[in-house]
Amino acid sequence: MEEFTTLQLIWFILISVLWIGYFVLEGFDFGVGILMKTLGRDENEKRAILHSIGPVWDGNEVWLIVAGGATFAAFPEWYATLFSGFYLALFVILVALIVRNVGFEFWGKRDSKAWRNGWEWCILIGSAVPALLWGVAWANIIGGTPINAEADFTGNFFDLLSAYALLGGLATLTVFFAHGAIFLTMRTKGAVSARAGKVARVAIVPAVAVTAVWLAWTLSRHDPLEIPSLILAVLAVVALGTAAVLVRRTVWQAFAATTVAIVMFFSSIFTYLFPNTMISSTDSAFDMTLNFSSSSEYTLTVMTVVAVLLVPLVLVYQGWTYWVFRHRISAEDFGDVKTPVDLLDKRKREGGDGKNGDTGTGQQPARP
Amino acid sequence: MTSLELARWQFGITTLYHFIFVPLTIGLAFFTAYAQTRWYRTDDEKWKKATRFWGKLMLISFALGVATGIVQEFQFGMNWSDYSRFVGDVFGAPLAMEGLAAFFVESTFLGLWLFGWGRLSKKVHLATIWMVSGSTILSAYFILAANSWMQHPVGYEMVDGKAQLTSIWAVLGNSTALYAFAHTILASLLTGGMVIAGISAWHLLRNSHTDVFKGSLRMVVPVLAVAGVTTIGVGHFNGVLMSEQQPMKMAAADAVFDTTEGAGLSLFAVGSMESNPEGLERNIEIPNLLSFVMTGFPRSEVQGINDLNAEYRERFGPGEYAPIVAVAYWSWRTMLGIGFALALLAVIAWWLLRKERLERSTKLLKATMWMAPLPFIASFAGWIFTEMGRQPWSVFGLLRTSDSVSPTVSSAEVWISLVGFTLLYGVLAVIAGRIFFRIAGKGPPDEDPDEDSENAHFGLAY
Repeated sequence: MEEFTTLQLIWFILISVLWIGYFVLEGFDFGVGILMKTLGRDENEKRAILHSIGPVWDGNEVWLIVAGGATFAAFPEWYATLFSGFYLALFVILVALIVRNVGFEFWGKRDSKAWRNGWEWCILIGSAVPALLWGVAWANIIGGTPINAEADFTGNFFDLLSAYALLGGLATLTVFFAHGAIFLTMRTKGAVSARAGKVARVAIVPAVAVTAVWLAWTLSRHDPLEIPSLILAVLAVVALGTAAVLVRRTVWQAFAATTVAIVMFFSSIFTYLFPNTMISSTDSAFDMTLNFSSSSEYTLTVMTVVAVLLVPLVLVYQGWTYWVFRHRISAEDFGDVKTPVDLLDKRKREGGDGKNGDTGTGQQPARP
Repeated sequence: MTSLELARWQFGITTLYHFIFVPLTIGLAFFTAYAQTRWYRTDDEKWKKATRFWGKLMLISFALGVATGIVQEFQFGMNWSDYSRFVGDVFGAPLAMEGLAAFFVESTFLGLWLFGWGRLSKKVHLATIWMVSGSTILSAYFILAANSWMQHPVGYEMVDGKAQLTSIWAVLGNSTALYAFAHTILASLLTGGMVIAGISAWHLLRNSHTDVFKGSLRMVVPVLAVAGVTTIGVGHFNGVLMSEQQPMKMAAADAVFDTTEGAGLSLFAVGSMESNPEGLERNIEIPNLLSFVMTGFPRSEVQGINDLNAEYRERFGPGEYAPIVAVAYWSWRTMLGIGFALALLAVIAWWLLRKERLERSTKLLKATMWMAPLPFIASFAGWIFTEMGRQPWSVFGLLRTSDSVSPTVSSAEVWISLVGFTLLYGVLAVIAGRIFFRIAGKGPPDEDPDEDSENAHFGLAY
């Protein structure tokens, strides 16, 4: 029997794309979330930092939900083994994502320093923990975990915390942190941007180092050498190195470089895993192949039609969102505005009548 | 407790909690879009205030719904891996479609709406909130199609002991799904509408922001009346369909033990909480009404629990095929009782509205205020009935719940997540509840920021 069919290959690639999309997009959300508490010196700066990801973070997180749903639909065995096997790790990730999400929403809902401080901690921890644990999880997926003949995970939570896996987690944590710092430099103005730039210049160094060591470790674990994985891994490290140089010059180019680096990093991981979905450290006979893990050809065909119709559309309107909110955000935008009433006061003080604000990209059509 | 029991408790707790926010968000998103449309058309300041006020409450509900929704998706694999292996080929498809077709739209356009005040043209901005409302409704369709397949499996064949999809149209067009969708969406409008009506009544009784809340109340009352009555109507046909597809659930709902012709509808019964007690100790019933409710004919036969059990033992082998009768019996009654009470309230309110006496009727405003939480209880009861009434099956007739659980996840692990989620959800309920009521009680601010300014999202966003 063949190891995989064309449709299975397509879905393996598509699920890789969904995970990569998630890590590129939520990667900078994580970085920004980690930085918010310490980088923002006052309420306005923190608000500016929040607003840099405000319109997009929720849409970014949906990439994870769709990656999970697509895995369920296309590779149910993979979904079942992975999610039940990594039970406590996923529980911790879920709790972290929940406190982070409500942290974003509730942070500004009360005018109290203690209140905001509490939510800033939630956002910080809720961003750092998944940034670390996703790397741990993927290191375990490709590194192999105890899986029996029934495709069930037989280990426990601590089996997932090997030195190799933890270093993988450190790689994603440092990369997402640098990615987020660069994003914040690019998306904000003034003091916040300057400080984020300083952080980014430092943060990119450990990101390059840890990633290079971990990828080398990964490749050395496989004999014979996985050439396509090696090429992608080298490209990832080169892209990170490029970002380290560019972050001192043109920040948007540095951001492009970390984006490429994350794409290459995870492409290397997925190439390494292919044509399996889970590796068994118990017995290589229990490795789960694409063919073993997958849904029927009919289901894959249906899902392919749906994906071909909808994925381009998603890219268009998510892209449009980034375009609409492309303006750089400055803490001064918020002034001493706390409530809408203050906003009107401020505008009156400035001598305006509240009508002559710069409308940015807003086009106001004549209304009937 | 075994990991099976713990996993069931966790699924029940997290799902019901999640379902506080689902109908509330669907309902509030719809009415926020409705109010914004009125503002767009009339340029009346009060509709802008209403849009922003209800939108703000919708955002809180939305945030919690999204946060707790990820747990729902992960949970199938985490706690129910054998279920996932068994149904993945069929069940995964609508789940993935929900993400691709609805969640992406919902989250992206909510960001555009929230931060797009003053940045997008009025027309485009209005379109974004309708996209949000439409996608919340669409997502309900996909998840209900998935759930309906568990109630009434269609469009599949068994291959190597697993369900394999043969027709996606059969799954998406499942009669069970169509009724469940209509019932759920109408109930969601009822939920969101009652919350709006209740909060509006509270403010009107205090004479605060009367223009905004008078308008809001008048906006929701006709919808409530229509949705209230049609929810019951659709629910009736839902019940008739269920009598055919899952007769055991219906028999348990009315605690009918022996097959009866011209069965009466029980109003109040006392019996044991065992999963299959011998019978009832006390029973007050209306003659022939159950037969009529279930089939449309007062004299027709209603199958009893004991006879169905005998039939299923022949088909599926020895075992107990009845759900916990008392749970099915009381959850069904709770749902129906609340449904009728709400429909009555809404019809009276509509009548008073047409007589122009609604805002002056203190009694009705007070009743509306106190009855606003009832739709949540009805939804809870409805889902408890639907899911617990299906037991011992997770997929009716195909897979038992006891065969669905993750075999290698230990009860210690499930204890940790069960306690963890319950504590976290409890704390969030207190915090979110306080914020919700504080915002609701304060009413809209006297002056909103100028809608043409790029900072017009202040007061809504973080």
